Amino acid sequence: MNEILQILSENSKATPAEIAALLGQREEVVAREIKELEDSGVIRKYMTLIDWEKAGEGYVYAVIELKVALQRNTGYDAVAERIARFSEVQSVRLISGDHDLSVTVRGKSMREVAFFVAERIAILEGVQSTCTHFILKSYKEHGVNLTDRPKPKRLVITA
Amino acid sequence: MSQRMKEVPAWNATAHVSSQVNEMPPSGIRKFFDLVSEMEGAISLGVGEPDFVTPWHIREACIYSLESGFTSYTSNKGMPELREMICQSMRSKTGLEYDPDEQALVTTGVSEAVDLAFRATLNQGDEVIVPEPCYVAYVPDVMLAGGRAVVVQTRPEDRFKLRPESVQKALTAKTRALLLSYPNNPTGAIMNREDLEELADLVVEHDLLVVSDEVYGDLTYSGCHCSFAQLEGMAERTLILGGFSKSHAMTGWRIGYALGDPQVVGAMTKVHQYTMLCAPIMAQVAAVEALQRGEEEMLKMKHEYNLRRRLFVAGLNRIGLNCFEPEGAFYAFPSIQATGLTSEEFAEALLKDQKVAAVPGSVFGSSGEGFLRCSYATSREELIEALDRIEIFLDGLSLP
Repeated sequence: MNEILQILSENSKATPAEIAALLGQREEVVAREIKELEDSGVIRKYMTLIDWEKAGEGYVYAVIELKVALQRNTGYDAVAERIARFSEVQSVRLISGDHDLSVTVRGKSMREVAFFVAERIAILEGVQSTCTHFILKSYKEHGVNLTDRPKPKRLVITA
Repeated sequence: MSQRMKEVPAWNATAHVSSQVNEMPPSGIRKFFDLVSEMEGAISLGVGEPDFVTPWHIREACIYSLESGFTSYTSNKGMPELREMICQSMRSKTGLEYDPDEQALVTTGVSEAVDLAFRATLNQGDEVIVPEPCYVAYVPDVMLAGGRAVVVQTRPEDRFKLRPESVQKALTAKTRALLLSYPNNPTGAIMNREDLEELADLVVEHDLLVVSDEVYGDLTYSGCHCSFAQLEGMAERTLILGGFSKSHAMTGWRIGYALGDPQVVGAMTKVHQYTMLCAPIMAQVAAVEALQRGEEEMLKMKHEYNLRRRLFVAGLNRIGLNCFEPEGAFYAFPSIQATGLTSEEFAEALLKDQKVAAVPGSVFGSSGEGFLRCSYATSREELIEALDRIEIFLDGLSLP
């Protein structure tokens, strides 16, 4: 695996100098490679994982499962891309199983999310049914455990 | 009538501690341990264990086994499925074949295996060659087994590898065994196949048993770890001691193993059955899980150590502490000779001045004098902060 990507995926704040030290490479070489990764779109965006709950901002999230009618030329893509344009929508994924698309929606209240689904998603041509699951609590996001207890301490010096 | 009639002589505890144990020096890290423990905001590079918690799947397997009631003794040698897995894992890594029934023993950590190895193989006065700097337990373990540890020095100019000339000089008619511990604590040195080959003739000529502590074997960063047992004809005269502590972050579980000649392992098993009886079943269950499904997590931790190794070793050299490239374990062993201080003075001053704790090289034998053992099994942030503090400390020394 590309080691630069691996490091950045864990910490988007890692600087070329820091990454170079970890990999035993020259800073300019790392900086150039990052630039290439950005330009080619491998690196889409640098983000911060925020515990909004802790920050006191009460966002409401819901996972909406959709059944969608397949279209002759575009398959699921046309409707999926249409849904993805809404700023309320955080992610759109084609899934296997009982449903076809899984959509994550963020809103200020349950009412707002529910109305968004009813008025914006359910009415779209091709959407046959929706099933809304409100998220009640997040235990882990993007590989980060949000409920971790403090790590037990090691002895300070051992042979 | 509670009053005693005769005066009772005072209890003399000293007379009840064996003179051999009495004469044994306490471990040199004790003093530092006390100093650091009382200090707020200290960064410790003095820890000889992973900073990772045992991977969850291993802990989970153990918890399930407790829920299911696995709380009994096991066979003295260890659970058959664990011995089979150990042998199978050794086969896939090295091609070496061991019979799980006759040639494998599960121990409570490599520490017990080292103790057993010497107790089971040495007679009074037998000599064991111990290359230094090395882990603090080998010499006392040899002594407790009635043997005599003959220390040989490894040197920075040889990248702390053991040279046949040094072994040659230490050999006597009483030499029975040679201890190898590579990748090495405290230096991070490794011995690759060519380095080991150079020792093989001596080992055969003098009919030595090679006791090879390979607990850091999986943490080899350049190439693959090579065991002395992998050399042509050396498997039977090599006792491999291995474990899970460092590779799988399982220090507190106390679980290790020995693989070797059936008679040697049989003799160790005899001592083990009269002393330890068996390794704790919970740790054995966890070790099975570690061998079955633990490789990915192990490689992840190793990868992280390797990143830190590059960061830290380059950093030490940059700030003026000359450090050869350690290729295994998770220690850097920079020279502090340019400062004119002894390693103990340096370590103490660094701790008091900048609150960075590292272990003086002299703790690991006299050839460790002039060096400092720094463990990079700590977070990247702490390593960077420690480098900054050491740099300030060095500036303050106003070297010539």
